[in-house]
Amino acid sequence: MKSEALSHIRICDFTGQLAGAGATRWMAAFGAEIIRIEDPVRLGKWDVLRGTSPFVDERRGHEFGGCFNNHNVEKLGITLNLRTERGKELLTEIIAVSDAVTENFAAGVLERLGFGYDRLKEIKPDILYVSNCGFGHVGPYRKYKTWGPIVQACCGLTFTSGLPDMPSAGWGYSYMDHHGGNFMAMAIMAGLIHRSRTGEGQWIDMSCTDAGATMLGPAVLDYTANGRPLRRDGMPNSNRSQFPAMAPHGIYEADGHDSWLALAARDDRDWNAIAGLMAIDDRRFDDLAGRLAYEDELDDAVRRWTSALDRFEAAAELQTLGVPAAGVAKPVDRIDNDPNTEAWGLWPTVTHGEMGRVRVDGIPAHFSETDWVLECGGPLLGQHNRQILGGLLGYSDADLADLAAEGVI
Amino acid sequence: MAANELPGALAGIRVVELAGEASAYAGLLLAGMGAEVVVVEPSDGHHTRGFDPFLNDEPDPERSLWWWHYNASKLGVTLDLGKEDDRDRFRSLVATADVVLESERPGRLADLGIDHDTLRADHPELIWVSLTPFGRSGPRSQEESIDLTVLAAGGPVWSCGYDDHAIPPQRGGGNQGYQTGSIFAVLSVQTALLARDRTGQGQFVDVNMHAAANVTTEFGSVQWLVAGDEVQRQTGRHAAVEPTTFTRALSVDGIDVNTGFPPRSARDFSVVVEWMESLGLRDQFEEFFFLEMGAQLEEDLHLSQVGQDPEVTAMFGAAREAVRFIAQNITAYEFFIGAQERGLAVGIIYSPEEVLADPHFKERGFPVEVEHEDLGRSFTYVGAPYIAPKSPYRIRHRAPHVGEHNQILEALS
Repeated sequence: MKSEALSHIRICDFTGQLAGAGATRWMAAFGAEIIRIEDPVRLGKWDVLRGTSPFVDERRGHEFGGCFNNHNVEKLGITLNLRTERGKELLTEIIAVSDAVTENFAAGVLERLGFGYDRLKEIKPDILYVSNCGFGHVGPYRKYKTWGPIVQACCGLTFTSGLPDMPSAGWGYSYMDHHGGNFMAMAIMAGLIHRSRTGEGQWIDMSCTDAGATMLGPAVLDYTANGRPLRRDGMPNSNRSQFPAMAPHGIYEADGHDSWLALAARDDRDWNAIAGLMAIDDRRFDDLAGRLAYEDELDDAVRRWTSALDRFEAAAELQTLGVPAAGVAKPVDRIDNDPNTEAWGLWPTVTHGEMGRVRVDGIPAHFSETDWVLECGGPLLGQHNRQILGGLLGYSDADLADLAAEGVI
Repeated sequence: MAANELPGALAGIRVVELAGEASAYAGLLLAGMGAEVVVVEPSDGHHTRGFDPFLNDEPDPERSLWWWHYNASKLGVTLDLGKEDDRDRFRSLVATADVVLESERPGRLADLGIDHDTLRADHPELIWVSLTPFGRSGPRSQEESIDLTVLAAGGPVWSCGYDDHAIPPQRGGGNQGYQTGSIFAVLSVQTALLARDRTGQGQFVDVNMHAAANVTTEFGSVQWLVAGDEVQRQTGRHAAVEPTTFTRALSVDGIDVNTGFPPRSARDFSVVVEWMESLGLRDQFEEFFFLEMGAQLEEDLHLSQVGQDPEVTAMFGAAREAVRFIAQNITAYEFFIGAQERGLAVGIIYSPEEVLADPHFKERGFPVEVEHEDLGRSFTYVGAPYIAPKSPYRIRHRAPHVGEHNQILEALS
């Protein structure tokens, strides 16, 4: 069973890693036909995630990358050796029946393979081409190389996470690989909507650093309008609230190993509830101005209450009083022990041709009519050669045997 | 037509957005793509107009920079949904809309008789996107929640912080919990629009911020799902099952850089050798010999041999130290450009405002001037996430004043 939402869309897809594969992952979950093109000579490993950890068991190799499976669910995979003329011809045939071509190679790679935008347009005049790389295809840094942490550093996100007089803590994962992929999906669907209305294709140049920098708007305006940079004494101090001001607003020690509680007072009502529960009686904290002026002392007072308590029990007590609070969830807490993620179906199990049944990230939106479906794992190398080259393009099994023998697929 | 006059991809789509802290970014992105986004707020202004920072630190509903940023390109109307007359106007407005976007607490709009269930019969083509902290019906759907608690409960916080675990884990800045939810709300709108192209049918979409955070933590989730391993936070680098070594250096101008992954190939070793020599640092770096040895490699270093083979370990360690040593002896920008021009992937840790001053972002047209004719000047905003020449994303105009476009409501009656 497939979702019907995007079942009318076919994409010739060169994306890899997470920043690219994440884009077509969303579309595959909603039923788009995503045809991954992979290199049979290098066993598809230009996407290094094909062979890297985590692994389900002791088996290793290009069919066992746990992240590859996670990021490529519900996609089809075919092999084409683009060093050969026959491989290029087959790719041309696929492009001719696709709505979009997508890639996140370094800038210029697809053009060197002979499939730059001008060529794509020759093959299919209304093709949508969406490229995605760290700095985009225009600008002095277009050749620079990135991955998630480099993107996050250069777009301002890394700097926003950390404590005063300390190095940046940054994001402990490739946050902008996720959102690089999501913004790329946004760009693809915007291009498809434009095409369905006008009949016009285009080349959309997606840059992960641009996308990341759109996510820090108020801090930027505080500088451009008020001349106040985020790089200043005492900043950042990321567990405190930036905009709007709130205090207390932080992550506090709780009882147990590496155990933490997040809580905040949005207003005086929240504060009065917190103060009553924690028996904090200090007139300095009566209004927001006072709580901000004495925030260190305020945090100490809050910590005296939190540090003796289980993080989830303390959060539940605060929630009973209508105060926003949550234990800092470890992976086990939110994946295996959270009734809400379970009720949502957030960790669906897919079937992978070699790994078997594996849980993956679900989709954080449910549609009433055309909801997502995640059942098939990431494709094995060349798993859908017959379906695509045979079923879609019409080649016989004998043709496919010849192509394999000639090293084309 | 000049590119800056072209309509966006969502031209002709009307979105009615109930003003909300969490959904504001979704509305901004949809408006940037060319949708006509009508943001609905109470007659005395939405409470987010009270969010700082304010222009020149003067609190005023028309001077909140938070409101300016998140509501640029939108039209503004006022409706007091507690009043039946205004609820009727809201129903009439919805009748003109392709999409409703809201982040109200589950149940509030049903109590007012203006929820999707009530309105859907008359508008089967309507797309209604709800963005809530835990989704509309789960066991935690009535919890109190803000950006901080979304990120704490949803996984990101666990993975961010310092090597010293006596320091609390960190919540990165910029209300990314809300924004992550908003990004998925935008993807939902686009997906539902494409589906409607085919079927003619609208639908209801339930977007869950806690779920959104949960599925955007990379290894934090996948490592557990696949192998049952728990990642541990580390200073400035990926949370990991096994500790990894540093990627940070402090340059001479006091700005941090990310030193990336150490050289492993002969080419990269040669580059580092050349760079150190050109900076006159050769004699100050005791392990220079190992860099020269690396420059003679016939095959790339294998990570599996680091810690096993003494020579490989020495070369790998020297390379990492050498890159850091270079960074410590020049400015952060010199380091970033010097390394990248030599093909080494490193990053400069910019603060947000520094991004807009960078020549690359300027050449891409990323910083944009937005006219505030009411104040007689323009201000520089962050621009587009991508360049789409035929259907440009752009900021169309400043955020609306309270009730500035109420003529839209008058046109309904």
